[in-house]
Amino acid sequence: MSAKLITRQVGDVTVIDAVGRITLGEGSSVFRETIKDLVSKGNKNILLNLAEVSYIDSSGIGELVSGFTSVSNAGGNLKLLKLTKRIQDLLQITKLYTVFEVFDDEAKALASF
Amino acid sequence: MSAQEHRRKIVLDQRLESSLESVDESEEKIVALAQDAGFAEEETYRLGYAVREALVNAVVHGNRYSANKTVLFQVSSWERGIEIVIQDQGSGFLAESQLDPLAEENLMNQSGRGLALIKAFTDELVVEPAQPSGTRVILRKFLPPEVG
Repeated sequence: MSAKLITRQVGDVTVIDAVGRITLGEGSSVFRETIKDLVSKGNKNILLNLAEVSYIDSSGIGELVSGFTSVSNAGGNLKLLKLTKRIQDLLQITKLYTVFEVFDDEAKALASF
Repeated sequence: MSAQEHRRKIVLDQRLESSLESVDESEEKIVALAQDAGFAEEETYRLGYAVREALVNAVVHGNRYSANKTVLFQVSSWERGIEIVIQDQGSGFLAESQLDPLAEENLMNQSGRGLALIKAFTDELVVEPAQPSGTRVILRKFLPPEVG
């Protein structure tokens, strides 16, 4: 299943609940467009919940990086929540695990903004 | 080549369209073949991931989605392993000229991580020019000694 993204607002943090596969094509483009839309509307605190993301390819990882850069350049923060072991491994292999702030608990993640 | 490798058999030999749909279908096939060969769940996922990345490279960067170009997708297996050959009809590729995605200055690049991930998820990787044109990628993964 290509990625589906549902956004919700918790205080001044926008939480994106992602479900499915973030891969080259529809999955990664919907992610890119969602981040672009949020930043354009002034939402600078973004928490990406990856608990239900079953798969992310190198293109999807690239979109995570681009999203991080876009949000940072806009003066905001993109943080990650509930990485599966496989996604954690991918970010460690690509040396991106220490680039992102990663949380296992939503309350702690929200409080960190 | 070991005696076992001499007993390798081709279990899949296809020419794929240069499309993401063919990549998706082929990923499912290699996962099934890896399971049949006896790979455990995590190693099956890793092999499927590596094959998908290599197929995407062939379709997107090699053949540039051209309807006039195909991707060779060949899988062979033997008692202790599996080999996948993926060959595009593009203009060729110099692996050594690619930026190192793990170098500090390249970490935040949007693209360029595919080969590094393929390497991490396979036991052997060969990237070489194909004839008359294009790139040939050979991925090998071996079963652990205790399986079988």
